[in-house]
Amino acid sequence: MSIGILGRKLGMTRIYNSDGTAVPCTVVAAGPCPVIQVKNAETDGYNALQLGFDQLREKLTSKPQAGHCAKADKGVYRHLREFRVDSVDEYEVGQELTVDVFTPGDKVKVTGTSKGKGFQGVMKRWNFRGMPASHGHEKIHRSPGSVGNATFPGKVFKGKKMPGQMGNKRVTVIGLDIIDVRPEDNLLIIRGAIPGPKNGVVMIRKQ
Amino acid sequence: MDVIKQLEREHMRMDMPQFKPGDTVKVHLRIIEGEKERIQVFQGAVMRIHKGTTNSTFTVRKISDGIGVERVFPFHTPFIERVEVVSEGKVRRSRLYYLRGLKGKAAKIKQKNVWS
Repeated sequence: MSIGILGRKLGMTRIYNSDGTAVPCTVVAAGPCPVIQVKNAETDGYNALQLGFDQLREKLTSKPQAGHCAKADKGVYRHLREFRVDSVDEYEVGQELTVDVFTPGDKVKVTGTSKGKGFQGVMKRWNFRGMPASHGHEKIHRSPGSVGNATFPGKVFKGKKMPGQMGNKRVTVIGLDIIDVRPEDNLLIIRGAIPGPKNGVVMIRKQ
Repeated sequence: MDVIKQLEREHMRMDMPQFKPGDTVKVHLRIIEGEKERIQVFQGAVMRIHKGTTNSTFTVRKISDGIGVERVFPFHTPFIERVEVVSEGKVRRSRLYYLRGLKGKAAKIKQKNVWS
């Protein structure tokens, strides 16, 4: 329930703190994000801001997109995301949000799409231990083993950890620190790792 | 990527002297014990330089009371007060891991002739 901003992950590096310790950090090019739409409790049932990120060339925009972004009059944007807020009174359509909404030391949560790993077995996907390499084990070294009991319960429980698609899904990391904010370059420096590949779009929200 | 390189440059130390594997260096290290701060000197041969931007490190090996001691220093850490190059060594490789298997006189690195 708090304001945030959209950004693009640029990559990770390591910098030195004022006390000399090395800090792993992620650099995000965030904003400026215009408010495309303001949703309020009376008309929409909840309070939220719809922010745009990554402006599109006119040639690439469709008419519905252009129509949707017309009220804000700030161009058409490739990525639109909603940020739930407690109150929308201080925001209006067309207002631009920049990295200034954050200050160094803020706790944030970052949401993005994780790197896709494809269809993976249980050892990689769920950290199962697999089967021994020898002692009579044949062709089952990476298999999950038993997935349930016999006549009772007579089924495999829902949610059993099995092989399947890993990654390429929405992931939120909470409790990350903002190390530095650079309004002149629209940069945020966040301590630690955030989901997704380089150039992936992420939502950064205050906690 | 350029943005990250720029950012890293701000955190890099440009005051470090040039040294190569095989050189003997004195690393003056700031040690903070509670409130007090003192300088500790670690002298030995540079065994390896791991290149990088803010990630780069160098390893110094010395023989302390007959036991080989290796220490890895981050190149750009503010904990290093300064690095002094004592002498230049004459070596033919960039990673001097072979020093680990040698003792006494064999582990000595030949000094480079410096013509004045």
